[in-house]
Amino acid sequence: MTRPPIAMLAELTHRCPLACPYCSNPLDLVRGAAEMGTEDWARIFREAAGLGVLQLHLSGGEPAARRDLVDLVAAARAAGLYTNLITSGIGLTAARLKALDAAGLDHVQLSLQGTDAAMADAIGGLEGAFARKLEVARQIGEIGFPLTLNAVLHRRNLHQLPRAIEMALELGARRLEVATVQFHGWALRNRDALMPTREQAREAGRIVAEARARLRGRLVIDYVPADYHGDYPKRCMGGWGSTGLNVAPDGTVLPCHAAQTIPGLEFWSAREVPLARIWAENPAFNAYRGTEWMAEPCRSCERKTKDFGGCRCQAMALAGDAGATDPTCVKSPLHADLAARAGAHAAADAAFVFRPAPGRVAV
Amino acid sequence: MIGPGEVPRLPRGVRVQPDRVRGGWVLLAPERAVTLDAVGQAILAEVDGSRSFGEICARLAAAFGAPEAQIAEDAGGFLSALRERLFLEVSP
Ligand code: SF4
Ligand code: SF4
Repeated sequence: MTRPPIAMLAELTHRCPLACPYCSNPLDLVRGAAEMGTEDWARIFREAAGLGVLQLHLSGGEPAARRDLVDLVAAARAAGLYTNLITSGIGLTAARLKALDAAGLDHVQLSLQGTDAAMADAIGGLEGAFARKLEVARQIGEIGFPLTLNAVLHRRNLHQLPRAIEMALELGARRLEVATVQFHGWALRNRDALMPTREQAREAGRIVAEARARLRGRLVIDYVPADYHGDYPKRCMGGWGSTGLNVAPDGTVLPCHAAQTIPGLEFWSAREVPLARIWAENPAFNAYRGTEWMAEPCRSCERKTKDFGGCRCQAMALAGDAGATDPTCVKSPLHADLAARAGAHAAADAAFVFRPAPGRVAV
Repeated sequence: MIGPGEVPRLPRGVRVQPDRVRGGWVLLAPERAVTLDAVGQAILAEVDGSRSFGEICARLAAAFGAPEAQIAEDAGGFLSALRERLFLEVSP
């Protein structure tokens, strides 16, 4: 028997009022017309709970762009799921937040594009977004939702990390996620604009360590260090097909949000196949499950059940082979080359390619 | 450590519920799901937001027929670890 998943990420929509150049949505965005309706989502939430999912992350795009968001939260809670809303805040009003509260929303994760309007609005590509976000954060605090602030950091805004930590405290957040940009989706296209320097990456680690010690018991800080400047890869998704799954707006079920970049894998739809069957039987989920699929150097590595060879999508993007060792690992034959390229990306001076609306071309 | 007169409680966004699929109980918190063993579940079942830590220890000692000092040490360690992760609040 395959062990059941713990978490499910529901990409309710790929529509979003912002246009972050590191958006983790796929380059091929699902159009609004292809999104599943309320009933399909509610049924999938029940199937997920029946399969063993405990935590549901309602994400996007911007989930507040769904008119039925409150009904979806109510359906998730009725299914017994711990329900987390991952949002930029844009599209949430005081009235809507109250309705979400009444529907049983457990937790809000608010994204931070920058710590001032100049930075945040430039990254998100929407004027006035930062001011709006602060207003929403205040309303979240008033209702009393537990709040996590999620700051995506990269070369342009890493110097704002100390202020992001202050903001988390000021806004009453219990958690802060400091996520150095991961190069998937749109971020991969924007490597030359986003790659942090090695010094920035090191400084961020130092700041986080200091803040964790200073704020113990007041603020929990989760930290995703820079990928290309490290020695070992991340344990992506806790291991392929082991703890989590993603559902795209049209019902396609994926082992991770970037899985569609791996050619040759066929993904099934939760519109047609029960979730439990997809989890256990879809060959795409079994392709990189466990450690049997590994080649050297992972196969004989003592860390193989720790990081499961890193990220399959990154191996695909950087090594051209989804079954290879993640090149961000020092043991990968490609690692030295990657480290050199990271320096070149960090030294490049490229303009952002903003994430477009679904169906539109990026500029 | 938590004093005998202090009152522990689960803050908003943290709850304990049965795990229908795997059996047992889980503590659900922002971005985290923690599997509880029988001892952890028994301790949290006494945390209702009104009982003091001292009362909780006395009740557990009676229920398990164990010395109260021993219970206070075990339950105190368990609850302090939850508190550090902000899964638990303590009011004086
Ligand atoms: S990363 Fe930015 S553009 Fe992408 S969904 Fe989130 S807020 Fe929207
Ligand atoms: S060789 Fe493979 S298993 Fe070992 S540390 Fe590198 S990626 Fe992880």
